[in-house]
Amino acid sequence: MTVGFIMMCHEALDRASQVARYWSDRGCPIVVHVDARVARRDYDALRSTLESRANIVFSDRFKCEWGRWSLVQATQAAAGLMLDRFPKVNHVFLASGSCLPLRPVEDLIGYLDARPATDFIESATTEDVPWTKGGLDHERFTLRFPFSWKRQRYLFDGYVRLQRRVGYRRRIPSGIVPHMGSQWWCLTRDTLSQILSHPRRAQFDRYFKRVWIPDESYFQSLVRLVSENVESRSLTLSKFDFQGKPHVFYDDHLQLLRRSDCFVARKIWPRAERLYTAFLSPNAQQGNRAEPNPGKIDRIFAKAVERRRYGRPGLYMTSRFPRKNHENGLTCARYTVFEGFGDLFEDFPDWLKRTTGLRAHGHLFAPERVGFADGLTVFAGALSDSPKLRDYNPEMFLTNLIWNTRGERQAFLYGPRDTVRIGSFFPRDPNADILVISGAWAVPLFKSQRPFNEIRKEAARLQKIENAHLAYLRNSWTKARVQVWTMADFVESPVEPLQSIIEDVAVTRTNQVNEAPRMVDLTGFGQFLQSLRNEGMHPYLMGDFPADPRPESEAPRPRKPYVAR
Amino acid sequence: MTIGRQTTTGPIGPLLPPDPIRAYRLRWKRRRLLARAVRKRRQLTPVVDRTDRIEPGAILLFLCCRNEARRLPSFLNHHEALGVDHIIAVDNGSTDDTVAHLTDRPNVSVWRTDHSYRLSRFGLDWITWLMIRFGHGHWCLTLDADELLIYPHWQDRPLPALTERLVREGRASMGALMLDLYPEGRLADTANDPDPLRTLTHFDAGNYTIRRQAPMGNLWIQGGPRARNFFAEDPRRAPTLQKVPLIRWDRRYVYVNSTHAALPRRLNGIYDEGEMLGGVLLHTKFMDTIVEKSSEELLRREHFANATLYDDYYTALIDNPALSCAFSTRYRGWRHLEAKGLMSRGDWV
Repeated sequence: MTVGFIMMCHEALDRASQVARYWSDRGCPIVVHVDARVARRDYDALRSTLESRANIVFSDRFKCEWGRWSLVQATQAAAGLMLDRFPKVNHVFLASGSCLPLRPVEDLIGYLDARPATDFIESATTEDVPWTKGGLDHERFTLRFPFSWKRQRYLFDGYVRLQRRVGYRRRIPSGIVPHMGSQWWCLTRDTLSQILSHPRRAQFDRYFKRVWIPDESYFQSLVRLVSENVESRSLTLSKFDFQGKPHVFYDDHLQLLRRSDCFVARKIWPRAERLYTAFLSPNAQQGNRAEPNPGKIDRIFAKAVERRRYGRPGLYMTSRFPRKNHENGLTCARYTVFEGFGDLFEDFPDWLKRTTGLRAHGHLFAPERVGFADGLTVFAGALSDSPKLRDYNPEMFLTNLIWNTRGERQAFLYGPRDTVRIGSFFPRDPNADILVISGAWAVPLFKSQRPFNEIRKEAARLQKIENAHLAYLRNSWTKARVQVWTMADFVESPVEPLQSIIEDVAVTRTNQVNEAPRMVDLTGFGQFLQSLRNEGMHPYLMGDFPADPRPESEAPRPRKPYVAR
Repeated sequence: MTIGRQTTTGPIGPLLPPDPIRAYRLRWKRRRLLARAVRKRRQLTPVVDRTDRIEPGAILLFLCCRNEARRLPSFLNHHEALGVDHIIAVDNGSTDDTVAHLTDRPNVSVWRTDHSYRLSRFGLDWITWLMIRFGHGHWCLTLDADELLIYPHWQDRPLPALTERLVREGRASMGALMLDLYPEGRLADTANDPDPLRTLTHFDAGNYTIRRQAPMGNLWIQGGPRARNFFAEDPRRAPTLQKVPLIRWDRRYVYVNSTHAALPRRLNGIYDEGEMLGGVLLHTKFMDTIVEKSSEELLRREHFANATLYDDYYTALIDNPALSCAFSTRYRGWRHLEAKGLMSRGDWV
């Protein structure tokens, strides 16, 4: 019992010949098919090196084109020749000229001898496979495809559209259930001769001639008619990329290929000298009984295809720049925005850092400078604290900051004094937790010593900005988790919301607020708001603040004490 | 390093094909640049012409340089090791051993000119002419002498593997980020080492800003140590950092400003919604010689279209500044750059 190889060659013939000699030296018969488009001179050179060997024969040459019937024709001819000329062959292995054996042939023979009646061919019905490209899955069996996809794309597409429009459907020959799979198979002599000498073969051939990519469906469908023992997987390791084209293996894949325990891999880069030397050397390790285990390779390639298709979330770079709303994640990790907390509490970032372990920044978007944590002048990834650099592209400043600090949760303060533009960015971000005490921006104004008419003007400006921002936060397209308290509500009972915030965002395990942040002294704040009202500016975002909550002092206050002080 | 004019508002605008009028204008722009290059051919005199050795399918490198004797050996070694088959260089009036370094190698052809670098679109007119003559149908790398191209798996897979891969993906170009490398301390205080990567050890890992530019659809990337140190007051003027250095050339193609963008427009499609295969140009500008070169540049005014606007930049460099900071990242190879999100292998594993 032995295994015979059919080699379909169309390029890098010197490598194909190297592999053919390797198999031939180990007693395996080989039928070589060389694409008719290969130059005569190259073909003759290959023939002259291999012809002297008794177990290598050359089959008739067909002009092969990807996705067309000629590939199946060539395979049929080569397979027929194999069965005729080498009666000892029990399994026929279809390989290409860019295949490389990863394990000694003895391993493969032993493996097949233990399974003498099994056909190894990936074969699945069209409903069940995700890998069809171009939207033609079942239609490749029910429409006609007389035009080449590679050379006559315009006619190809037009003819498909035409057939769809007029509602044309081909009849699939009775008894055939369309199956698809990798074109690299290993079939038993029995199965293969039954397929090739099937009484209805002429009918099947006529049908598959006009199916799209018949090399992935002809044997895959017919094997179901004649074989009882189909193992639906390929013995050839072959991976496909994002565009459905075969992956190429290079020298640096040596270890990966070795550990896969697969018998044959394709495609190998013709100039991968190390791979060819390592796997075709006569003293490659033997006697390995392991099952092929392409799992690791599968995972690596699946991950790569995903990265190619979607990219790493929250990363913007030279080779990835998605359109708006197609970002697959605006940022790469969760972060928290505190609005108003910095105004209401003294040293809020310090307290936050102590109780929750977050990296707590000040006002990152402050107009004076970027308020990085601990007063740093540069931060992770060499982000500068220059407000002009930041405001040149505030969205990317934020996405960069979050990307650069992967693994460490960030929090920062924000308010209506800060860069306005970023306020319409993070609400769209599902990674953002936004906690707002509305109206707290009035506290620094209340504490400031500035002339009252300036304060009034500034209050009006800030209130307008924050109101627009709050409206944005309540939008239906806001994806961030938002919580808003009015300042009056928050001041009334600050511990409860603080407790829930900490439970929500803490990265260290302190679920108890042992120490509340120190609130700014608000004595006279109600009166301050009343003065704003008296000046005709209506402050409403802070909620209902009593004009004077603590009338302890009996002495009549002087008007506008905050200005006089 | 000129500054583009039209940008989309906000960081991420919709990617639309240009309207027919714009497309038509771009076509004429391309033709104008081609005609310009053909006119400028008379400014070039051959020094050594070995272009008859270029075989079909060879990978070519185009280079325009001036007084780069110090960098050239490592530059040429690096790219020859990558698999560049032939180098076509324009020497712009060097006064050191630049020409000798070039002509010593068997696979280099050299032209010489003493005309203005700035008036020839920073050397691009000369390069474009040579690319029309020799680049047609070849994969062409266009680099400055202070740029070293690296890409995913570059130590294991030479350039032909990369270009074959690009062909299989149906791409005619590959993009790269220009990554400014700098030493740990002050610029001029570093050792005089022939291998720039031994002294220029650090880079900025995450302070780049990107926007898309109409009408050519190219990205506009800025940031890095130069934006951080010299352009904090006027970030728009900060140098452009994206490049399209590797293109399967056609004699009708042109580079528009330096190699930051090319026409026709599709060559600028180096980015996608997922990650495409792309590289990094290690920028070795900030060797110790930059300090004295800057004094020369301040007088020559050959490197920016609006040179006076960049006087402060050169003045700052003459002061021998330190570009490194507490959050600079040490260069540790391409896998590290990929993990940091500065380049990507796409699905080329």
